[in-house]
Amino acid sequence: MAAASGPRVVVIGGGFGGVSLARYLRRNDPKLSITLIERDAQYATCPFSNGVLGGLYPLSHVSFTYRQVKAAGIEVINDAALRIDPAARAVTLAGGQTVKFDYLVVSPGIDFIWDSIQGYSEQAAQIMPHAWKAGPQTGLLRRQLEAMADGGLVVIAPPAMPYRCPPGPYERASLIAYYLKAHKPKSKIIILDASDSFIKQDLFMEAWAHFYPGMIEWVPGSKSGKVMSVNAATLTVSTAFDEYKAAVANIIPAQRAGSIAIQAGLDQGTGYCAIDPLTFESRVHKRIYVLGDATIAGEMPKSGFSANGQAKACGRAILADIAGVAAAPAKLLNICYSLADPQYAFSIVDAFAVQDDTLRLTFEDNRTTPLGASDAEHQREAQSAVSWYANITGELFG
Amino acid sequence: MRTGQQTPRPRGRWYSRYGRWLQSGAVILAIVLGDVVAAADPNGAGLADACTSCHGIGGRSQGYIPSIGGVDKATLLRELKAFRAQSAQATIMNRIARAYTDPELEALAGYFSSTQRP
Repeated sequence: MAAASGPRVVVIGGGFGGVSLARYLRRNDPKLSITLIERDAQYATCPFSNGVLGGLYPLSHVSFTYRQVKAAGIEVINDAALRIDPAARAVTLAGGQTVKFDYLVVSPGIDFIWDSIQGYSEQAAQIMPHAWKAGPQTGLLRRQLEAMADGGLVVIAPPAMPYRCPPGPYERASLIAYYLKAHKPKSKIIILDASDSFIKQDLFMEAWAHFYPGMIEWVPGSKSGKVMSVNAATLTVSTAFDEYKAAVANIIPAQRAGSIAIQAGLDQGTGYCAIDPLTFESRVHKRIYVLGDATIAGEMPKSGFSANGQAKACGRAILADIAGVAAAPAKLLNICYSLADPQYAFSIVDAFAVQDDTLRLTFEDNRTTPLGASDAEHQREAQSAVSWYANITGELFG
Repeated sequence: MRTGQQTPRPRGRWYSRYGRWLQSGAVILAIVLGDVVAAADPNGAGLADACTSCHGIGGRSQGYIPSIGGVDKATLLRELKAFRAQSAQATIMNRIARAYTDPELEALAGYFSSTQRP
């Protein structure tokens, strides 16, 4: 870093939380030294990756490099963070390098609890992809759908809450159905769910009845929906009472905060990290902050939108701390569009404020698109979703 | 003007407890939120951080979502208040606007009117 001479902020994780934070700080303080540590040279966004599965566009459409992040004056180190030393204020990288920090922001996303389903593993995921981290897994699942014969059974198995992107499995079912309806119309999708209800459920059901009647079956946890075990060799998926022979099996295991957060003890053994809801400073270590899917952020869901807003609240808090003033409370939002068809979307809109030392919903009524909305309204939501994606990825990677 | 079926005001748990007080102004709200300074004198640029992932940095949007950078303050404020009152056609802004007080909407309109038109 040539020009930077201020305090050193180090960010672990180049996803929605980490990149939003780094870009926010750079836009608001040209003097800070900002270093982003990211394992991969490319990033594929989970938002809009279901469109790849539906064949709406290739994986490259949701893939970004860190070229513009570097060009903005952020040092990007392409390596994995192995260890955090809070006392020495240093991060050790897999390549052996040590990076010192004044402020550390940990935004590692999620990792999988592989043994949450008997027979599932990182190896089994090469046959039964989770595709819950976008990238090669998304490409693999898409190729399997393309190779599948007409009349095949596609199993989608969401885990119990909490997990990344709660409406994601159902949007995925919708967009896979969009592809199958056009190319393999005798095929079926079955959602074997650990839960008994899901977000925007009525809106998804309304859309499925409209676009894909008879094609998508949803089995709730209380009706033997929860997947207990899989056999990758035979593509068999088993619940407590039923067994399904899949043509394509999308198994999404249970999740926890990314391993660097767990390794550093930021989760206090719970799997996710408690934070100060105003600043996103860790409850465990001063001047170490946690963002996004890795956190317990009150009523905020685990989404790219949430992580982006949290990053800006955290960035403001770090700038306030550097300036020696108190952090002002942020307005946090989560706006999540789900596409049921390329021209048909609906949304949930939430605002959050700090209350009782946690983040609570500001309003609980009229959060979603109403049932029975017109096709024109759903089309406007689909156009808004596309526009949101262009704008948020522009904020991060443009 | 309110349209027939729509809810005129938010009526969530939070509203039912504090909503009526909200009408009496920013000072009461400030006590509820526990931060007198921020609510009494909202910071437009800070509040706008929540808007940019949809409307673009500085209110310069790509695609369908409107660019709001450089739009006249009175126009922006009138639209935001109409969304909150459920009296203007919106995709989602009629839902979002309920989370903002009058001073916050004014600060937002002031901020975006001051940014460059795309």
